[in-house]
Amino acid sequence: MGDRAVLVKFGESIDLSINRKVHALCRAIEQSKIVGAEECVPTYASLLVYYNPLKTSYERLVYQLKDLEPKLDEFSAKIETWQVEVPTVYGGEFGPDLLNVAKHHNLTPEEVVRIHSETEYTVYMIGFIEGFPYMGKVPDSIATPRLETPRLKVPAGSVGIAGNQTGIYPAESPGGWQIIGRTPLKLFNPHARQPALLQPGDRVRFKSITEAEFEKIRKE
Amino acid sequence: MEVFRVVKPGLFTTVQDLGRSGFQRFGVPVSGAMDKYAFTCTNMLVGNQASSACWEVTLFGPELEALNDVQVAVAGAKFSLAVNCDTVPLWQTLNVKKGDRLAFVGSARNGCRAYLAVRGGIDVPVVLGSRSTYVRGGFGGFEGRALRTGDVIHAFAPQSLLEAWRVLPPELIPNYEKESAVNVVMGPQEDVFTKKGIETFLSNTYTVTPESDRMGYRLDGEPIERKITTELVTDALMQGSVQIPGNGKPIVLMADAQTSGGYPKIAIVTTAGVSRLAQAKPGDAVRFVRVSLAQARAEFLEFSRVLSGLSGRLVKESF
Repeated sequence: MGDRAVLVKFGESIDLSINRKVHALCRAIEQSKIVGAEECVPTYASLLVYYNPLKTSYERLVYQLKDLEPKLDEFSAKIETWQVEVPTVYGGEFGPDLLNVAKHHNLTPEEVVRIHSETEYTVYMIGFIEGFPYMGKVPDSIATPRLETPRLKVPAGSVGIAGNQTGIYPAESPGGWQIIGRTPLKLFNPHARQPALLQPGDRVRFKSITEAEFEKIRKE
Repeated sequence: MEVFRVVKPGLFTTVQDLGRSGFQRFGVPVSGAMDKYAFTCTNMLVGNQASSACWEVTLFGPELEALNDVQVAVAGAKFSLAVNCDTVPLWQTLNVKKGDRLAFVGSARNGCRAYLAVRGGIDVPVVLGSRSTYVRGGFGGFEGRALRTGDVIHAFAPQSLLEAWRVLPPELIPNYEKESAVNVVMGPQEDVFTKKGIETFLSNTYTVTPESDRMGYRLDGEPIERKITTELVTDALMQGSVQIPGNGKPIVLMADAQTSGGYPKIAIVTTAGVSRLAQAKPGDAVRFVRVSLAQARAEFLEFSRVLSGLSGRLVKESF
């Protein structure tokens, strides 16, 4: 891609087994210390590998990446991931689209909350804005398309659904996801050594909390 | 060391260096100087490291009051520059005394951005490996924002002052034309477009719209026809990515490019091309020229050679 990156595609869909390969290659490149490979950006189904043309070439890097392919399963197995619980206030002013989502599926808001918080999600990638985790898969029973008109301002901490994806806005931003709740957790801190709370591969569960609990956690 | 108080901040003046690498996987843009050539020149003109932080000035520059004796240089877009109302040249070292007023007068006549380097380098905290300002994220640079009136800016105290002027030879000063041609490597999603769409992209000139900033240049012109209109799975973006959204009009991602997105990318502007494009301002025109990967590589190597050779090309004249 361009004059200083290689895009490695593993597929064209949002699929856990494809995404695992993406992260395995990312890990494999880092551990094999390939000369001239500078930065890897994993997404759902592909990995962007930046290289320094002064130190290597496209052809050389592609050759080395192909060499890593048979070892991917081994790297995939070794990736450490964490289980993270995300406390969330559902509905009300914190989740203005909860009723939409319920109506879309002929469910009660309580049923949407139960299904959303019962499911374990995997962080596929971080993108869009700093620290924003793209997670899946949201069960078809509550999967809902994006809003027709995106909001100009979505508050920090908002938990949203877009199709089979769920995500959390780390900072106030424009956005078109169906907002069903809000978490008091801080997802991104540029001054921390590890700036993003969630990492690709992490398993996430949402836990329904009250507004009083939200305030308590926020102050901590 | 306090170097300047901001009397007028200019339109959008931010601290930038060569950008942050290694954090795109967390959704953190690279940022950094938009025009790496002019940026490197200013640092060389005051004898700084190539990676020292400078100010990036956009269209309308600031007015500054010197709080100490400093050596500075300005390079890039064609501005009128004055010290205490006397016109002074760009592309060379300037001695500024405590109490002097350094002012960018009017707007940039050619080009869009200039860099102001202070000998020693601008002193702001390093955030995620860089001093670059990322205004949307509110971090890096000077308090994560553009300069405002009254801000007091610090620079690292230099070990010594330069004993001779450094001047960039005229043949190394770019002409910023109203129309620029930039090289592109086609792909990675070239196949999303019709043959006609690709021809449209390569044979037309596109105009930089006012909705253009450090994140991306929105261009206006002939819409580019797509073959496949289904939504793509979000994937990675890089500086220079030419995205084609639903309306068919290109968006070229610049220094603050978001790290991922779902619009198809018809081509990627080369590294040297992105630096050149950084000087295009609203109303200027851009043409895209398809090059092979081998040609793009040759251009990259030449651009790197020019940047690393700059300090040796400077003419030194005693004060």
